[in-house]
Amino acid sequence: MAGINLKELSKKPDLLSGGHRACSGCAATVVLRQILLAAEDPVVVSCATGCLEVATTIYPYTAWRVPFIHNAFENSAATMSGVETAYRALKKRGKIDREIKFIAMGGDGGTYDIGLQSLSGAMERGHNMLYICYNNEAYMNTGIQRSSATPFGAATTTTPAGKVVPGKMQFAKDLTGIMVAHRIPYVAQTAPHNYRDLMGKVRKALSIEGPCFMNILAPCFRGWRSKMDDSIETSRMAVETCFWPLFEVENGQWKLSYKPKEKLPITEWIKVQGRFKHLLKEENKAMLDAIQKHVDERWEELLERTSGKPSS
Amino acid sequence: MAKVRALTGNHAVSEAMRQIDPDVVACYPITPQTELMQKFADFYADGLVRTELICVESEHSAMSASVGASAAGARVMTATAANGLALMWEIVYIAASTRLPITMTVVNRALSAPINIHCDHSDSMGCRDTGWIQLYAENSQEAYDHAIMAVRIAEHPDVLLPVMSMLDGFILSHTMERVEILEDEQVKAFIGDYTPLYPLLDVDNPVTYGPLDLQDYYFEHKRQQIGAMENARVVIPEIFAEYGNLSGREFDIFERYKSDDAEVILVCLGSTAGTAKVAIDELRAGGIKAGLVKLRVFRPFPHGELVEALSGARAIAVLDRSASFGAEGGPIHAEIRSALYGRTDIPVYDYIYGLGGRNIFVDDIKNVINLALEGKAGEMNYIGVR
Repeated sequence: MAGINLKELSKKPDLLSGGHRACSGCAATVVLRQILLAAEDPVVVSCATGCLEVATTIYPYTAWRVPFIHNAFENSAATMSGVETAYRALKKRGKIDREIKFIAMGGDGGTYDIGLQSLSGAMERGHNMLYICYNNEAYMNTGIQRSSATPFGAATTTTPAGKVVPGKMQFAKDLTGIMVAHRIPYVAQTAPHNYRDLMGKVRKALSIEGPCFMNILAPCFRGWRSKMDDSIETSRMAVETCFWPLFEVENGQWKLSYKPKEKLPITEWIKVQGRFKHLLKEENKAMLDAIQKHVDERWEELLERTSGKPSS
Repeated sequence: MAKVRALTGNHAVSEAMRQIDPDVVACYPITPQTELMQKFADFYADGLVRTELICVESEHSAMSASVGASAAGARVMTATAANGLALMWEIVYIAASTRLPITMTVVNRALSAPINIHCDHSDSMGCRDTGWIQLYAENSQEAYDHAIMAVRIAEHPDVLLPVMSMLDGFILSHTMERVEILEDEQVKAFIGDYTPLYPLLDVDNPVTYGPLDLQDYYFEHKRQQIGAMENARVVIPEIFAEYGNLSGREFDIFERYKSDDAEVILVCLGSTAGTAKVAIDELRAGGIKAGLVKLRVFRPFPHGELVEALSGARAIAVLDRSASFGAEGGPIHAEIRSALYGRTDIPVYDYIYGLGGRNIFVDDIKNVINLALEGKAGEMNYIGVR
């Protein structure tokens, strides 16, 4: 995507300091650094309770070199709507004249589940903010419990692969679709292995007036039971299998951001993750088939909406 | 010069809000508070305030947005009642613990279940340990005055705690009364400009709000918060005195009504104090030396001053408009007894009354005072319950 120049970016200060307590191999902090690097104006960031918040703000330290607020688990969007409203109020009174952008963040638990009402309200009110869900597909901070973003079949600590029930029995909620239905100016899905796509979308969203939403896959090797140094690879495979398509919806126009040359079978993504290990057993083949069917149907639907051509 | 207006309690508070002209107001409807925010929305729609009004999708988000706006550096107000306050409880606690000087009017209403829209104090009493300063109004005039003074108390650099101002649902919120309204300029001069200490919007000096605070620092932060509440004991009377000079009305942390020589003292708060004054006048006319202590500031609780005010009596009767299930009496009773413990052995009788809006009458209060004086009351009593 235009405007993302590595040489230029390498000269920008890192707005998330090192020394934070995120796990080695955590994709959420990779996502965050890309977001902060992409922003051109000063930003204020809020984050829901979760790994990212906990790992970056253990008092008396903070890894944030931008203004940051954590309020509670379910209210990152409502909190940022207050910050953004204060900005407009103080600007109106001539107490502030800087151009500032506002980013609210939350994990999938804080966004898909407990924070959905707060997110929906903030988007409907039309605040000038970008909400970013860093989606690692479960409650990782509390120890890998299922969320409504957890994929069908995945084993979590509250949907273990037991003798009778083989993992989570529901497909993930289509949150990106729900946000599209809010008819906000910009909704996008992206993933960190494609930093040009991710950063380009952040930059675009921050340039758009009004509420924007991004759903960013953020592989968690602890929860996905994959290798520590595999997070970027599992991100890539989620896209190459079309499990996590990259697309954007700008003013109602759907655009495909990336089309794999050869769509890989979902097993290619599943087989490197211990959370799906039980699905590779013969007796669970029907589940694997159901996942493939689900991915295929969703992908076809997306191709139809986007005329099947990736935008440049 | 002050103007005399006929206003409901809700309208009186919305007038105070118009004059305060806060940067941000978070608004969400709930009976009996709704009319307050409707009136303020009129001011907003007609351009009579410069406030940014944010109509959120729940009380939880009202307080969440208030926290965000206050941390950003804005002067912030909101209002709620009953279940709305209960829904925002998590963030009510966070607002105080983040030391954000938000002010909020609570129009007292009974908590569910069963659902009920009428007055009792279960909502705000349930919040007595959230770290907010609490002021209770006897009438709409006080509701107006408290809303203005709350801003100064909350924003005082020695305090920096949010303030909750209460008025009784329907009894005050929906009843027309005579209210003196200050000039807009007087209010503006009294509250002054707000200069936040560490605003989020100061992007050149980034700060982190709401960090993870573990065993090594959390306790110290709580100790500081307790200290801030203690500082409020000093600050509140100063602001009351200053506002008293401005308005010509007197404000004490609690009001003593004919209690100096009283043999029996009634302690209560809210609109019932008005009824109690009538009862006391009638008893005094019959030769009974009765008096009233009307609490205005419930947090911080003025225990030291109350010992001095109550020590001359033979008996004390407390009226509690909320229950504290499984405790010995209601919340006011527990505070009074705790304040007196070890300092006097005057009997303290508690009366739970008015839950869910059940009316209390002059005769009820006279009866309470007589029984206390005769030593015939039990330790826990109920008024008007079948």
